[in-house]
Amino acid sequence: MVKDQEFLKSKASYCLDLAKKMGATDASVTVGHSISETVNFRNKSLEASDRSDGLALSIETYLGKRRSSISSSNLLDENIKTLIEKCFETTKITPEDEFNSLPDKNLLAKQISSLNLYDETRFENDKKIKYLKDLEESASSDNQIINTESSFTENKSNFILANSDGFCDGYKTSSFTTSCVTVAKDENSMERDYEFSSKRHLSDIKQAIDLGNKAAKQTIRKLSPKKIGSEKISIIFDKRISKGMLSVFASAISASAIARGTSFLKDKIDEQVFADSINVIDKPDMIKGMGSQNFDSEGVNSNTLQLIENGILKNYLVDTYNGKKLNLKSNGRSGGTTNLYFEKGNISYEDLMKKDSRSLYITETIGHGSNIVTGDYSVGATGFLVEDGEFKYPVNEITIAGNFKDMFKNIILANDLEFEYSVNSPTMMIEGMTVAGK
Amino acid sequence: MSNFFNKSDLTRQDADKIVSETLNNCDDGELYLEESKSESIVLDDNKIKSSNYSSDLGFGFRAISNEVVAYSYSNEISKDSLKSSSENLKSTLKSIKGTYNHEIPKSNKKFYEDINPIEQKSLNSKLEVLNKVNDFLRKKDGAVKQVTASFAGEQKSIEIIRSGGEALTDVRPLIRFNVSVMLEKNGRKETGVYGIGGRQSYDDYLKNDNWKNVCEEAFRIASVNLESKPAPAGEMKVVLGPGWPAILIHEAIGHGLEGDFNRKKTSAFHDLIGEKVASEGVTIVDDGTIDNRRGSLTIDDEGTPTERTVLIENGILKNFMQDRHNARLMNTRSTGSGRRENYRHIVLPRMRNTMMLSGNQTQDEMIKSVDKGIFAVSFGGGQVDITSGKFVFNCTEAYEINNGKIGSPIKGATLIGDGPSILKEVSMVGNDMMLDPGIGTCGKAGQGVPVGVAQPSILIDKMTVGGTKL
Repeated sequence: MVKDQEFLKSKASYCLDLAKKMGATDASVTVGHSISETVNFRNKSLEASDRSDGLALSIETYLGKRRSSISSSNLLDENIKTLIEKCFETTKITPEDEFNSLPDKNLLAKQISSLNLYDETRFENDKKIKYLKDLEESASSDNQIINTESSFTENKSNFILANSDGFCDGYKTSSFTTSCVTVAKDENSMERDYEFSSKRHLSDIKQAIDLGNKAAKQTIRKLSPKKIGSEKISIIFDKRISKGMLSVFASAISASAIARGTSFLKDKIDEQVFADSINVIDKPDMIKGMGSQNFDSEGVNSNTLQLIENGILKNYLVDTYNGKKLNLKSNGRSGGTTNLYFEKGNISYEDLMKKDSRSLYITETIGHGSNIVTGDYSVGATGFLVEDGEFKYPVNEITIAGNFKDMFKNIILANDLEFEYSVNSPTMMIEGMTVAGK
Repeated sequence: MSNFFNKSDLTRQDADKIVSETLNNCDDGELYLEESKSESIVLDDNKIKSSNYSSDLGFGFRAISNEVVAYSYSNEISKDSLKSSSENLKSTLKSIKGTYNHEIPKSNKKFYEDINPIEQKSLNSKLEVLNKVNDFLRKKDGAVKQVTASFAGEQKSIEIIRSGGEALTDVRPLIRFNVSVMLEKNGRKETGVYGIGGRQSYDDYLKNDNWKNVCEEAFRIASVNLESKPAPAGEMKVVLGPGWPAILIHEAIGHGLEGDFNRKKTSAFHDLIGEKVASEGVTIVDDGTIDNRRGSLTIDDEGTPTERTVLIENGILKNFMQDRHNARLMNTRSTGSGRRENYRHIVLPRMRNTMMLSGNQTQDEMIKSVDKGIFAVSFGGGQVDITSGKFVFNCTEAYEINNGKIGSPIKGATLIGDGPSILKEVSMVGNDMMLDPGIGTCGKAGQGVPVGVAQPSILIDKMTVGGTKL
């Protein structure tokens, strides 16, 4: 069983009291407990089981404008005492930083509404095994599939965030995650692809058979890929790749990147950065949302933010420290975005596929090719050549490159948005990118 | 050395008893105890941005029968907690029986000292160096707009208890010093990053104002990039500089030679032992035994002493890297490559220091032989798809080569290639093998472990460069 609020609260207040007693002017503490159970399958039989049970504690102590932090997994009172002593000793010799402070009291979350983020259902390992059997049975039904690996993880977590300004709150969350990776082989190649489902509630997880089928289908269609020539071409990004564009955008508008001057979107508030049909929203209060939260990692209330309105940048993601540097109030994004999404476009997936007579559909990218200082983008990619709206043949060993400043202004979104993850995007087309191949 | 048995009601006798009783009917497994202490101090934007100290303590209990691995971890070292882990393992393996393999090789060699780098140097002296770095770089050039510098130090103590009571221990220091600088000139911004590290004390790296060299190198890379032009796109010849660019070997070849992918036959190399997979003259080893290197280990995380494993010898594939589990299932022996990020994770076969050995050509000869291509000096991260064999890495410092001469620097481009065939495209191997500065972290299945790489300059006849200029 995951530890209850009372236990976590007692540890949190022990820490705060101790820090105060030692002379800290302020302190904040997070105590969390998490239990995960995973079952792994390979080729239709049990391969591994994994149980994890972890406590975690992190404390920040302040002496005026001086601050330092410690973290530990050892919650014995004696150990906590040693660590807080060490933390406070470090605080004393850390230089002052005028922007260090707890969040403004009036921004702290006051009312916690239930977002239905916890499902207490226990999905016993035997049931996980049954689910994975069904999943792998369907994933391996085609004889081109030569290897299947799948897993099911059940997680239950609880946490308390408390600070010396009287904030003390937390809540339980759960997640159920299942994934399937399949390998297919033909006379020309061996390819891998995957499918997964992750939800707060067990009943929302995809059916085992559907998940296995989809993973297999996505893998088999990649067999016998060709390399294409180097050219300028419109690129269609599958949903699982297009949502990555949002993650890059989010890191480029984090107050820390803006304050440090290391973002290509610095000083772009109220300027056009996307095509004017584009709206980007971050919504923390989605019921059962994978990214939902009642408050951010500092306890600050978080409301829905329209980050992009008709292509114009409206907000950064602001935490207390960097907010003070930028003269902005925290908007409850100390831990980053919550449920981030592009509003859906007004063209159907089919019409987007047919928009150009010839385009490239990307299903996977590899490499760390996003530079948020310059906006340059260059990654390895695999996908399909599309002609007249149809997949013609699979393509691999190519790279796609561009600069986000231009790419963002050339985005066209389909109307197929679904809320599956904490970051969601419809299928996306970007015109005129460079492909490097043969 | 940590004593894991003075912190709770769990005695060594209890632990031995529970371990032996749990693993009795299994093929392998162990109790892994770990205590780590780590610090991170970051200067950013003219200020000490964070100073964090962290201590972690826990155990991971593993039982293996046939192909099934059961694992359970907790950060509460107590009798109850270990018993409940034991029950959890038994419930997974209830229908499978095995015979415990008590054999584990021994060695007295050690590749680093039992030190705690964090305590060896006072916090004040570390803060002082970080401030000096900041002042030095900002005074150096008005174009310097941002400086980030950091220290990270760690001491990890582990103890492995096997069925029958055999215990193996190791104490591992690790440090890292990193500088990142951003320059702005004529509206253009570029960053340069450089770092050093290894299993040593900070002082070994920072004596004689060594930090200045790190600053100069980060500044030099950023300055080069300020002048960079769009990179070409398409297939061409690529000269790789010595040292860190061996990340190519790590991604393109290394991962595909890890035992698990080959046992599962999901690696493109699984049926190629004894076959020619590289040009003649290409020899690649994975070595855990180099003193004080980031990827070195006295024993791996299963207790096996590490070794120098020859992977490819003169173009022929010789060995895979193995942990005990995959070695047993493939009827071979562990190469001391079983590693885990910490007690929260299962052991996987992983790389240590992966090195391509020197040949006898010079970098000059390589550059002169290229009509049109690029010269790649340094890289950011890389990634590989084991199954298709395709890998990428991102240049952080690269130049055009035109008619045998090095030309303008080019913007960060991704290089993409095919792992199984890339080494056959190596047409020259340099005489200038160099180790990387000690900065690599390899990610696999969500676990990061410190690794090293090394190589001489090499010429690759054909690779796809992912620039924007057609």
